Amino acid sequence: MHTHTTLMMATLTKALKPILGRQLGNTAKVFGAAVNSQRGKPTYAGQIIPPPAKYGGRHTVTLIPGDGIGPELLNHVRELFRFCCVPVDFEVVHVNSALTSEDDINNAIMAIRRNGIALKGNIETNHIMPPNHKSRNNLLRTSLDLYANVMHCQSLPGVQTRHKNIDIIIIRENTEGEYSSLEHESVSGVVESLKIITRNNSLRIADYAFKLARDKGRHKVTAVHKANIMKLGDGLFLQCCKEVASGYPDIEFDSMIVDNTTMQLVSKPHQFDVMVMPNLYGNVVSNVCAGLVGGPGLVPGANYGRDYAVFETATRNTGKSIANRNIANPTAMLLASCLMLDHLKIHDYANMIRGAILTTMNETRLHTVDIGGQGTTSEVVQSIMRIIQSGGPLTTEI
Amino acid sequence: MSISARSALVLFPTRLQPWTGLNNLKSPAVCCQRKKSSHTPPPAKYGGRHTVTLIPGDGIGPELLNHVRELFRFCCVPVDFEIVRVDSSASSEDDINNAVTAIKRNGVALKGNMETNHNLPPSHKSRNNLLRTSLDLYANIMHCQSLPGVPTRHKDIDVIIIRENTEGEYSSLEHENVSGVVECLKIITRVKSLRIAEYAFNLAREKGRRKVTAVHKANIMKLGDGLFLQCCKEVAAGYPDITFDNMIVDNTTMQLVSKPQQFDVMVMPNLYGNVVSNVCAGLVGGPGLVPGVNYGKDYAVFETATRNTGKSIANKNIANPTATLLASCLMLDHLKLHAYAKMIRKAVLRTLSETQLQTVDLGGQGTTSEVVYSIMQEIQRGGPRTTEQI
Repeated sequence: MHTHTTLMMATLTKALKPILGRQLGNTAKVFGAAVNSQRGKPTYAGQIIPPPAKYGGRHTVTLIPGDGIGPELLNHVRELFRFCCVPVDFEVVHVNSALTSEDDINNAIMAIRRNGIALKGNIETNHIMPPNHKSRNNLLRTSLDLYANVMHCQSLPGVQTRHKNIDIIIIRENTEGEYSSLEHESVSGVVESLKIITRNNSLRIADYAFKLARDKGRHKVTAVHKANIMKLGDGLFLQCCKEVASGYPDIEFDSMIVDNTTMQLVSKPHQFDVMVMPNLYGNVVSNVCAGLVGGPGLVPGANYGRDYAVFETATRNTGKSIANRNIANPTAMLLASCLMLDHLKIHDYANMIRGAILTTMNETRLHTVDIGGQGTTSEVVQSIMRIIQSGGPLTTEI
Repeated sequence: MSISARSALVLFPTRLQPWTGLNNLKSPAVCCQRKKSSHTPPPAKYGGRHTVTLIPGDGIGPELLNHVRELFRFCCVPVDFEIVRVDSSASSEDDINNAVTAIKRNGVALKGNMETNHNLPPSHKSRNNLLRTSLDLYANIMHCQSLPGVPTRHKDIDVIIIRENTEGEYSSLEHENVSGVVECLKIITRVKSLRIAEYAFNLAREKGRRKVTAVHKANIMKLGDGLFLQCCKEVAAGYPDITFDNMIVDNTTMQLVSKPQQFDVMVMPNLYGNVVSNVCAGLVGGPGLVPGVNYGKDYAVFETATRNTGKSIANKNIANPTATLLASCLMLDHLKLHAYAKMIRKAVLRTLSETQLQTVDLGGQGTTSEVVYSIMQEIQRGGPRTTEQI
């Protein structure tokens, strides 16, 4: 009797495999490239990563409010999701950046491992604290091995900028490089900071970049480096990019030194298509691009790992000086939540919200202070909700 | 006694000791130690003519420096150039060592950029870098100003960027202990950070500037950039009349492309200086417009601010000579030949504002030789070529 049941279960599972398999072996194709998630399968190390957190048709996503403008903007996200009846529940994990103990951030990491996806605000790193107090954001990225930071920089037609029609994808290595937090002071008054470049991580990020370029139909990938000075380090990065490039003959590969890149970006940004680079240059270049399309309040960013994805604003600002004053621009955070919905494959909701945001930006032109308008955060969110309501019934049939 | 003889008498004593002359326009408290040290020779000035080392470099360097020489000859500037060629592809370091010796001899140099081929083995160090570290040219100054007549998206930019020139990420110290894992060392020392901060505040004071901003990434590189920031704060305490501010490099670059007018004087370590100075050069019109200076305690080397080789436009007569010519004016200021410097600078800026003569990089159609010719005409129009020396 017992064996009969197990046999039935086995055949049932086998029959359902194609349906289940589609979810388990999900390939994040829309924004991230074909990153085959290992969720639900035992890894080589023997640890089993739990299956996606989807029960009864509702997803569970970790929410880390962070500091500064994070909490208020993420509240707006939750308000909007509730209004649109998006089938996402948020598991809120607070991280106190002032504490020295790492328990908070470890809890957050555990929650993300459980749920697979997170939406976060930036956690402040106070640089007056002692050096052993590591950056919480950095800890999160390295523990979850979120190796690719993708930022899609697009000019919004309704926003006044000096450059028009910019469309650049920036892929930045997210775990090593200058952010390894390895420093020492062997001799008093002389500090050595180590910048680590490894072959594995460089190959991995280059592969990701070319896959993404191919998936999105892009024609050129530019590697940004400083190999004339850091010959071994950036030389290795460049070499790995070249090796991967040879496997993608349909995509043109180019390389440029970082100082020339930044100069070209401020004069002729249209020459760039997809850019791949190590950590620090990625930081600078993504901030330059964010400045070109209108500021830190407009661009969403995504951090992808093999098994996890964390969404946040691209320039990772805490915005302490404008916190709780209802003047922060919610666009970046809301677009990041749309990216998250795309990742969860609930495209209808994502497109609905994204459409409403873009309509508010471009047609209604309700802008916040940072892009030259006079609207408050709540006014913008209200406008988005009104547009969604006028677009049709709140609940859409999936 | 005739007037000229009397004035000659008055002028004579000051002319004999140019080096004790106080802070010149560009290098304030770098009190020249040249006469005092027993090892550095006195300034290379004989019979009223200065000798300056000229390093042509690669790419557009040789042709632009030829134009400089041509212009100087035309204006009868009392400067003779000692040309030292450096072959960037030769693996031996003799060439660059000769150049360094020549600069030690003359004290001042004007150079083009020497190409660093990154396909050569890592033991082949960057020639420019070797020059900077051997001569301890610790401060790189770039004065970024919006020039009238040049079409740009941003107006009224006036930023001075002071970049630490000898350490930081450019120490060329790398190793591969484990195969496939490379460690690059970024060195920040207290002594050098204090030195560059001191230089920055002194310069700000000399030029009547009100704010100094330190650019760093101390939230990630806590010890390294933390030390740099701390040194800046210590020096700032001694200059209460100047506001001190600090900003993280990513925010700085973002602010630069949206609101560059908020910056006044900026001081930073080597790599950030490289990026920020290139962003600023892009904002005011491109690499062909901004001159740069490298100052050490005893030596000064002048070049274009963004240090481009310009290989793709070499020998095509389309390069913009403005940056190199303005750099040579800075050199003349350093040598205290202010009248010549002013004359050439005025002519260069006048020519720049004439849109038909702008070179390709500014959107015009002029050639390099046309621009230089126009500058010469402008100078000729301004009065007799030889002016009574101050």
